[in-house]
Amino acid sequence: MNIVTNNKWIGQRTIRPDGADKVTGRAAFAADTAMPGMIWGKIKRSPHPHASIKSIDTSKAEALPGVKAVITARDIVDFPIDKSVMLGIQDMRWMCRNVMAREKALFPGHPVAAVAATSEAIAAKACDLIEIAYEVLPWSIEIDDALKPDAPILHEFNRFEGQPSNIAGRIEVKKGDVAQGFKEADVIIERSFATRPVHQGYIEPHACLVSVAPDDKTTIWSSSQGQFMVRAMVAHLTGIPQSDIRAIPAEIGGGFGGKTIVYLEPLATLLAKKSGRPVKMVMTREEVMRATGPTSGSKSTVKIGARKDGTIVAAQGTFYLQAGALPGSPIRGAVGCSFSPYDIPNVLSVGYDVLSNRSKVAAYRAPGAPIGAFAVECVMDELAEALAMDPLELRLKNAARQGTKAAHGPVFPRIGYVETLEAAKAHPHYTAPLGKPQGKLQGRGVASGFWFNAGGESSAQVNVTEDGNVVVTTGHPDIGGSRAAIANICAELLGIDYRRVSVLIGDTATVGFSNLTGGSRVLFASAMVVTQSTEKIITTLRERAARIWEIDPEAVKWENGAAHPASPNAGQFEPLTLAELAAKAPAQGGPIGAGVQLNTEGAEGGFGTHICDVEVDVELGIVRVIRYTAVQDVGRAIHPGYVEGQMQGGVAQGIGWALNEEYIYNRDGKVDNPGFLDYRMPVCSDLPMLDTVMVEVPNPKHPQGVKGVGEVPLVPVMAAVANAVHNALGKRFYALPMSPPRVLAALDAKE
Amino acid sequence: MAKLHVSTTINGEPVEFLCEPNDTMLDALRGPLGLTGSKEGCSSGDCGACSITLDDRLVCSCLMLAAEAEGCRVGTIEGMAKGSKLHPLQQKFLEMAALQCGICTSGMLVASEALLKRNPDPSEEEVRFWLAGNLCRCTGYDKIVRAVLEAATEIRETAQ
Repeated sequence: MNIVTNNKWIGQRTIRPDGADKVTGRAAFAADTAMPGMIWGKIKRSPHPHASIKSIDTSKAEALPGVKAVITARDIVDFPIDKSVMLGIQDMRWMCRNVMAREKALFPGHPVAAVAATSEAIAAKACDLIEIAYEVLPWSIEIDDALKPDAPILHEFNRFEGQPSNIAGRIEVKKGDVAQGFKEADVIIERSFATRPVHQGYIEPHACLVSVAPDDKTTIWSSSQGQFMVRAMVAHLTGIPQSDIRAIPAEIGGGFGGKTIVYLEPLATLLAKKSGRPVKMVMTREEVMRATGPTSGSKSTVKIGARKDGTIVAAQGTFYLQAGALPGSPIRGAVGCSFSPYDIPNVLSVGYDVLSNRSKVAAYRAPGAPIGAFAVECVMDELAEALAMDPLELRLKNAARQGTKAAHGPVFPRIGYVETLEAAKAHPHYTAPLGKPQGKLQGRGVASGFWFNAGGESSAQVNVTEDGNVVVTTGHPDIGGSRAAIANICAELLGIDYRRVSVLIGDTATVGFSNLTGGSRVLFASAMVVTQSTEKIITTLRERAARIWEIDPEAVKWENGAAHPASPNAGQFEPLTLAELAAKAPAQGGPIGAGVQLNTEGAEGGFGTHICDVEVDVELGIVRVIRYTAVQDVGRAIHPGYVEGQMQGGVAQGIGWALNEEYIYNRDGKVDNPGFLDYRMPVCSDLPMLDTVMVEVPNPKHPQGVKGVGEVPLVPVMAAVANAVHNALGKRFYALPMSPPRVLAALDAKE
Repeated sequence: MAKLHVSTTINGEPVEFLCEPNDTMLDALRGPLGLTGSKEGCSSGDCGACSITLDDRLVCSCLMLAAEAEGCRVGTIEGMAKGSKLHPLQQKFLEMAALQCGICTSGMLVASEALLKRNPDPSEEEVRFWLAGNLCRCTGYDKIVRAVLEAATEIRETAQ
């Protein structure tokens, strides 16, 4: 079509549309909202890891002055436990039991009742007055305990191989014949690994404010990764039709996958309906740590066989992932992504979803893939050592390329994995000498990773204002700068300054259905609908100019923010700018705007290769990352600042996962470190600068070449750190985190 | 129990408010005072999202009783820009993509301003250790540290 762009804004580090609000404290996050007459909701939580609920007496709580409503599972729509009702990838049987315990309390912190009162203090006091008779049951926390023959069964209906079991699911990816493949191998490395559950660690606790009018018209302000997900889940759990629910996305203070499901919203809705008052609920950090997220802990075994020349002939992986107390661990990511960077003729990858008495896991950045990559990429490192090959060379020799049939099914189109390996190999970091400081040992490791990326439903509305500027509304909560990238794209197509484009996130009543912010899908999908909307607008603008000039619309081109005659043959006319055409709009056909709704297709997977240097203090057992370079095929970096930011943020989370983060359970089956002091996420002084190399192999199925960038950068990190620690100490760690007590124990064992 | 009456100065303006004896300063700021720029991430002094200054000293407002503000000068994120002119730290955070979700940003900026008032020419290590009490889960801190160092340079050059 007749649009000429000059690459002025794509790839520019523009100022984000929501930036000024966020550096001045104006931006409205969910906990910042308030309404006249608002009251406060609080949750009564189970103290037990596993207990039947015999009775709940709320009478004393209801009698407390200031208490306006009390709810239990009886107030929530029931989804029978043996009949699946899917909503997206979530099963409402589990969601309904996760937001409020039904037959049994399944983990410490599991909600059992909720109260709304005129103050937080009264609501908390009322929770203490609720009397619950529990029959405490045996429980299990760790995978090994949950899989023992005499393990307490969480859900009697659940069967595995015909028997009651805590295995809630099994998936398998198979290619070729692994038994035959391993026979052809000269070198086989087989190792077992363990990772601990880690929390997404968003700094903003879950929060919402809900108002329900007497006619059930419901307004929800909440922090989530999808206002349409909030609307649908609340509708399912309360029985209020979706058309009566308006879910407004507040600014979201971090999610990383952990806010792709609801915890508070349905409870606040029912409390608001019952009390007739707007209800606000905000979790404490302790509630976040005890009852939301995390991602799975895991046990896995990976076996890889290669010929002497380094050609990998077979690979096998078995991955057990903790689901928490209700099914749904991310086994697909572990099983499907782990071997995908490599062209291996024989692969068998199997995953098991394991129930135990922990909080139900939630998505966390490339769910499952980092767990699988930790095992596979550590084995790759050992294989390179056994073959006396450079670890990047081993990966290059076996790298997936265009035409490779991936273990998880698809035949890869043009992909950029090899480019990341070559960029890592050529990077000065890879050949820089390591230091030899006294009392410390330095080492270097590399690792790669893959994530599927995703498309799916997105909607956009693009409107030209009467003064000739532009307002874009999309339906995905902006979790890391997507509005800035959308502004760049719209400004590029229209040929106007990006500051003339306002980008907003619409609520469920003002923009068409848009799926979650997740899967690294937001810019891929929203760029598609914004591009098509903007192109429709440009078609309208060309038609308007053609009408004014009395020529054919095909003889009008759009360039530099104005309509021009497409060629000298079309006639001599002064360009008509966007502002001029907007001013003439009332007389020339009316308002200018366009909306597009799509189920987007064409998402392509992303690859990354990381180089990590560590320094180990052999006296204290402290591992410090002293240099880090993340290389990633990003498709196309629409806003490089926020692409780098995604890469750096993923690396920092991975370093925390590798070195320090873990839940510590006590003998009563409860988390002993439900706060930021003892659940040790990386702080500023723990980290070096995090270097990034953006390799751009554009996605041919996307108008701007976008692939998605947010999740890949977490996938390789734990293996890169572990391989560096091995290089430093000559000692391999097969279990995370490599925290000081474990490192010291390993060093002592060596001596 | 009767509420306490507190007279204080917030961002240069004299302010009076009522609070419960056990209200934190963060409760008062976000509640009756309507200053929701300071965020609550942990309420235990570990995340720094509620950072404010009290007589120019950097504190976590979740660890301070509201009544302790009596007679003090309080500085919050809302007082950082002068009218419509952003502080150089705010400007550099925007230009250098030093925020993603933005929930830690208020605290990061307040803490960074307090650093630059004490030490106008900090090293990278000094910035990292000063900001070690402010958690950010999105950025990996790289761009935040760079933005603070850039802003420090700009402030020094402007002062000359």
